[in-house]
Amino acid sequence: MSQHEVTQTLDVKGLSCPMPVVKTRGAVDDLSAGEVLKVVSTDSGSMSDLKGWADSTDGVSMLDQEETEESDDTLFVHYIQKE
Amino acid sequence: MSSNADAPVETATASVEDLQAHVETLEAELADLREAVDDDGQKSMTIIATKGTLDMAYPPLILASTAAAFGWDVVVFHTFWGLEILHEEKSKNLKLSAVGNPSMPMPNAVAALPFMDNVATSMMEKKIAENGTATIEELIETSLDMGVDLQACQMTIELMDYDEDEFYDGVTTGVGAATALQHMADADVQLMI
Repeated sequence: MSQHEVTQTLDVKGLSCPMPVVKTRGAVDDLSAGEVLKVVSTDSGSMSDLKGWADSTDGVSMLDQEETEESDDTLFVHYIQKE
Repeated sequence: MSSNADAPVETATASVEDLQAHVETLEAELADLREAVDDDGQKSMTIIATKGTLDMAYPPLILASTAAAFGWDVVVFHTFWGLEILHEEKSKNLKLSAVGNPSMPMPNAVAALPFMDNVATSMMEKKIAENGTATIEELIETSLDMGVDLQACQMTIELMDYDEDEFYDGVTTGVGAATALQHMADADVQLMI
């Protein structure tokens, strides 16, 4: 498990492209500088999409990404920091 | 190469004041050019949406909302059948064409039967719901919330006898090809869908 101090968690389970990125943008806008957003998705495409979004968007950085199992679902978890 | 050979002579004869003035002029020009090219680093995208079938309504809206999430300045100019995407009532009833689509699991002769478009559309809508894919209405509301400028071509509005009240709140009307071109000329990404 990640040891990042999470300020807020965004649950986008069951949603597919483009909603994980779009909802992450909205959630990041509500954070203050330095705070960390944890995004939990079931969309395997979110691994590449959220990394790409964070890398080319000013003011955010992707701290960590991990895959975990929850009952029958594979979860894709992202830790994004607002700079 | 004679101009290169002449250059040192000119430099030698120019006064320090002349050179300083020249450097200042060049620096000012460079600053102007940097400003023109840089534009605060903000990217922009213009999409021309021309299709009104369910499958063709998705790509412009998905790209537009995602680009807005990147902080880009986004304009989607809707013209001809693309206008149906912005039409509040019609956008909820966009159809998939069963005919002439090799990806459909049925031969064209069957696809051409009455109501086959409705069958294909229902199948697609069921898949969309099962997959957690957003509806067209959700994508439009999301795009507008994020500041995407959804524009409805004025000429097409009149051609199709639409009323401006029939479009989603927040849709820009009263715009034409010149407005679209102006955005395209300044945009980093231009797409016609």
